[in-house]
Amino acid sequence: MLEKALSGSRNYWTWVLSLLAVIGVGVIFYLRQFDYGLGVTGMSRDVSWGLYIGQFTFFVGVAASAVMLVIPFYLHNYKKFGRMVILGEFLAVSAVLMCMLFIFVDMGQPTRVVNMFLHPTPNSVMFFDAVVLFGYLLLNITIGWTSMNAEKKGFAPPAWVKPLVYISIPWAFSIHTVTAFLYAGLPGREYWLTAIMAARFLASAFAAGPALLIILAIIVRKVSKFDPGKEAIKSIGKIVAYAMAANVFFLLLEVFTAFYSSIPGEKNPFFYLYAGLQGHGRLVLLMWTSAILAVISLVLLIVPKTRNTEKTLLAACGAVFASLWIDKGFGLVVGGFVPNPFGTITEYWPTIPESFIVLAVWAIGALVLTILYKVAISIREENAGIEIEH
Amino acid sequence: MSIDRRDFLKMIGASAVFALGGMGVVDGIVKDNVEAEQFRPEPGALLAKQWAMVIDMRKFKTEGDYKRIISACNNIHNIPDFSDSKHEVKWIWTDTFEHAFPEQEQGYAPESLKEMPIPLLCNHCENPPCVRVCPTKATFKRKDGLVMQDMHRCIGCRFCMAACPYGSRSFNWTDPRPHIKKENPDYPTRMRGVVEKCTFCVERLAEGKMPACVEASNGAMMFGDLSDPNSEIRKVLESNYTIRRKSELGTGPNIYYIIGGADNAREGAKRE
Repeated sequence: MLEKALSGSRNYWTWVLSLLAVIGVGVIFYLRQFDYGLGVTGMSRDVSWGLYIGQFTFFVGVAASAVMLVIPFYLHNYKKFGRMVILGEFLAVSAVLMCMLFIFVDMGQPTRVVNMFLHPTPNSVMFFDAVVLFGYLLLNITIGWTSMNAEKKGFAPPAWVKPLVYISIPWAFSIHTVTAFLYAGLPGREYWLTAIMAARFLASAFAAGPALLIILAIIVRKVSKFDPGKEAIKSIGKIVAYAMAANVFFLLLEVFTAFYSSIPGEKNPFFYLYAGLQGHGRLVLLMWTSAILAVISLVLLIVPKTRNTEKTLLAACGAVFASLWIDKGFGLVVGGFVPNPFGTITEYWPTIPESFIVLAVWAIGALVLTILYKVAISIREENAGIEIEH
Repeated sequence: MSIDRRDFLKMIGASAVFALGGMGVVDGIVKDNVEAEQFRPEPGALLAKQWAMVIDMRKFKTEGDYKRIISACNNIHNIPDFSDSKHEVKWIWTDTFEHAFPEQEQGYAPESLKEMPIPLLCNHCENPPCVRVCPTKATFKRKDGLVMQDMHRCIGCRFCMAACPYGSRSFNWTDPRPHIKKENPDYPTRMRGVVEKCTFCVERLAEGKMPACVEASNGAMMFGDLSDPNSEIRKVLESNYTIRRKSELGTGPNIYYIIGGADNAREGAKRE
């Protein structure tokens, strides 16, 4: 099936080559980091995780969100997602790959990565996270690839795929819950020490992931003859609306607890992120951008007219994605480290090498996604008009 | 003899089982060795069930008192000196009382107390969060209470730094070796990409010596076995009011501080 990715239009190859160029630049910066150490990044003794771990966290959510298509399609027999569900599964594959790469580039001693499996440590959430992520990658690649292969030949997928699909549903919840537990169980990091972290992660994941999927589906429709279906996009729009509302609600719960309890340790990260603290406020503009985008997107998603109009839905999805990217992919990590355990502030901002490495990981994700979608779309274009029962 | 596919698969399966079994045996031997090492210390080594430290702030009078203990540690352990505070590596250092004990915040306390420099180091917690989170067991707790770091196993994920509520862990953001002023050949240097911290001078305890900072402190720092009711530090803890950093987090820090009364606070002012 992979051969489908080897023939394409001029635009297809331009896109692939530009991604390869971005990856190339990132690899050069990564070699620099590999040689010099993580000192090339903006991270420090006080803010010891940064954009890499933030992006990892964000994309675990994107990966988990495939379940928002899998549940209606497989459990509720919602046929309209029939053509869309493969896009979700392949997005999950590409997102998990990005997560693994973000963890890898964040490691101080990447050549020792196998130590995680040579010395398995069940009490470490990081160990569990690696295990569940790897499992999720295998599940989605198996389910997606087998379904596509069957479809290519004009058959329904083999019966053993179904149980894997059912397993993948709780598994999707587990990857993001475990990722939340990375943060939510640490004493002394008040911004993270909250029981609602996993729930908030899932809500933001189920908003950001499907929002990205809508954007991707519209792009796919534009560049190919494959139409994921207007109704399917509309339904996903509803999912984004509910999930985003839940996410904003959960964030406001955090704000209430911090400010009504008035415990300084709870309030200070919010002050730092949204207002600045002790004269430091490098993230303030970014966090307010996120908040304003969240409000705009909610309005566009809740009003039925704007939600059901594709143009405004697309704008809303862009706003959701950007808002959550900032909030979860950046602010969440920094907020846990500022102020530091001494109540003082060391600020964080990604450096140029760090940013290019992040870009390269995205480009790798985009490349994998492009190839997988190309295969799926080519098969769909060839089989156009043939409907297959799943 | 010809082997068909079925036989071949059987053989593969059987050898895999043997290999796994063998690994188990090797694993067991290696683990026993580690245990034995801990139970058979060198003659003359200092032993304890739970090492702990008391830092008596009343006895820190001059800036030199702080400098002495810090440089004793830095020189022995090849601690690099980075000009950029973001890349700092520190095992023992000072910060103000206000920063060391933020939960003791009190606006009307004498300035001299708020600004009093407090020696800070790894608390060698009874229930260390850094050990709980480490995905490779590179950081682990010994039977004598020391929280240790295996610099050869550490993958540099820095989860332990996020987990430590005391900011006691440092990461080598780049190669530390060029930043070591004068290398002590008796102690290993570290490489970039690993986390490190105070070890309570495990290498000195094994030779019957007190930790370097304790030795250099002229009695301002006491070190001993918390589980021994007759130890010096138990006596000191029973006869003094001591505080620990963030004990409310349940980590069980093993560094106790005697801050002292108003007299000490007044003197603290002179130390600035």
